[in-house]
Amino acid sequence: MNQWKNFTKGFIKENPVFVLLLGMCPTLGVTSSAINGLGMGLATAFVLVMSNIVIALIKNFIPDKVRIPAFIVVIASFVTIVQMVLQAYLPALYAQLGIFIPLIVVNCIILGRAEAFASKNGVWSSILDGLGMGLGFSLALTVLGAIREMLGAGAIFGFKFIPANADGILLFILAPGAFIVLGYLIAIVNKIKKEA
Amino acid sequence: MAKKISSLRNMVFSLFVITLAASAALGYIYELTKTPIAEMNLKKKLQAIKDVVPDFNNNPSADMYKIPTYDGTDSLECYPAKKDKELVGTAIKTYTKNGFGGLVWLMVGFKADGTINDISILEQNETPGLGTKMTTPEFKNQFNGKNPEQYKLSVKKDGGDVDAITAATISSRAFCDAVKRAYESYKNKGGNK
Repeated sequence: MNQWKNFTKGFIKENPVFVLLLGMCPTLGVTSSAINGLGMGLATAFVLVMSNIVIALIKNFIPDKVRIPAFIVVIASFVTIVQMVLQAYLPALYAQLGIFIPLIVVNCIILGRAEAFASKNGVWSSILDGLGMGLGFSLALTVLGAIREMLGAGAIFGFKFIPANADGILLFILAPGAFIVLGYLIAIVNKIKKEA
Repeated sequence: MAKKISSLRNMVFSLFVITLAASAALGYIYELTKTPIAEMNLKKKLQAIKDVVPDFNNNPSADMYKIPTYDGTDSLECYPAKKDKELVGTAIKTYTKNGFGGLVWLMVGFKADGTINDISILEQNETPGLGTKMTTPEFKNQFNGKNPEQYKLSVKKDGGDVDAITAATISSRAFCDAVKRAYESYKNKGGNK
């Protein structure tokens, strides 16, 4: 497989949210606005790239039987680093994402890429894989968040485009709205994939 | 992947090395971010105090004292605001357990005579678009300038004086409960006399 494909497959062809359907918990939980989706996506992308690099580097030294605990330690360390850095320098975003940051540890995208890709491939391919998957995840969360924010709050990235005293369609900010929008998006991606 | 044979010795050894490296990295980052995090939290608290009490020039955070709640089960943090050594108001960090989505934390500012000066919301997880309207001026500013001595801190539905948020009576009640907790505890202590 060539390197370009390692990078681009995460966007549409193997998009972690729309095609692999991994990491549904943060996907549905934090995407009530576009900026939350983007923040969560980028935090996850960072952890994904860093853990992919480290795991690709140390894969030959880890005995097969303890590889999962070893991967989890690496992932958890990066998540904690992200959490502390966000808390120190971006407290507003930290307050919004809250519980979902520690939950990146158990996000199956990260362990999934570590197990399925980084533990079998070199460092360079693993970086591209992590970057592609991470950006694909960010893209999916941002689109999902943007649609929910537009329908639910009448705003985009915090800028309200409907009259100040008007309300959006509340349903889309609440949990059921996340499922509805996700369903339609998956249908659209399937259509695109079929035609491509 | 070239599978490495798993023996007890190399399993223990490799996990030990990985966890050691991970904890070293975490310790380093923790030391690095400790001060900014503490500063950020303090700044947030001071801002919340500044928002709810009249002008002051002391350091309310350093003068903080605790008072027991009126039902005696807990204690609340009080931040006295003084201008030229004279008490101009007190900010009380209060909470309610009756929120729709867990605890709601408020900072309630009282003037020296016991009237509510202003209220800011520190933390809430109410339903977006319904209960979260408690953060809008339309709801929270109705408390400003009221003295709970005459102003009944419960929603109109329950015979009080507070206009509830449409479709979010539980959140409105919780808000009143938190304000009441601050006021009653403060009064118990003889705070405003």
